[in-house]
Amino acid sequence: MMSSTFETVAGIIAETCDIPRETIKPESHAINDLGIDSLDFLDIAFAIDKAFGIKMPLEQWTQEVNDGKATTDQYFQLNNLCTRIDELVAAKSA
Amino acid sequence: MRLEYFQLIDRIVELDLRDQTIRTEARVPNESTIFEGHFPGYPLMPGVLLIEAMAQTAGWLVIGVTKFTRMPFFAALKEAKLRSFVSPGETLLLSAKLLHQGSGFAVAKAEIRCGDKLACNAEITFRLVEFPSPDFRANMEKMAAILEFPMGALAHG
Repeated sequence: MMSSTFETVAGIIAETCDIPRETIKPESHAINDLGIDSLDFLDIAFAIDKAFGIKMPLEQWTQEVNDGKATTDQYFQLNNLCTRIDELVAAKSA
Repeated sequence: MRLEYFQLIDRIVELDLRDQTIRTEARVPNESTIFEGHFPGYPLMPGVLLIEAMAQTAGWLVIGVTKFTRMPFFAALKEAKLRSFVSPGETLLLSAKLLHQGSGFAVAKAEIRCGDKLACNAEITFRLVEFPSPDFRANMEKMAAILEFPMGALAHG
């Protein structure tokens, strides 16, 4: 995960959800640790898409979690989320 | 509109599933007990009801785009601006355009015009869920017929 990705994501979360920046860590889970609900996460996803010029496949992720094919950790723990973002950015420029 | 039934729009004028837009119209009644309180001697259509009218317009767009498989419930309102007064008897031209649909939510921007004048606009988010019951869906279908919802457009969209 690129550290600049985390900095950008943490900044977006802090601003969108009014969460103190210092409480947002790479190992934080957006839902379980930071208490972000799906409605707030939608705004975060829009801001991330805009900041990185990508389109996060939220619908697919939600479906995978609902179907038990993935855990929420894989997408909503911030270091994992940032890795997914890096992958999407890399795929865009490939 | 039938304020006492919380029906804020009268008719769906156009539903374009390719552009993901909708146009509706509504006529503010000349008389309603609401105007006795809002405000005595100076009747104005309440801003919250204009917002509900935009939400109902955008909601029918979402129902169209999702082909009557999901019910949209009002979840968030952003950048709502009430730009001019709306009085009893005025005809409202409402429109909405879908900005996003997926992961259980839909976001649309909507506006209301009175003649050439922009009365209000906002960005509205809906939570999409399965219809709570067959009766609920049947009631929505009844309302769709009242509003002249173009069911035929769903087959071609």
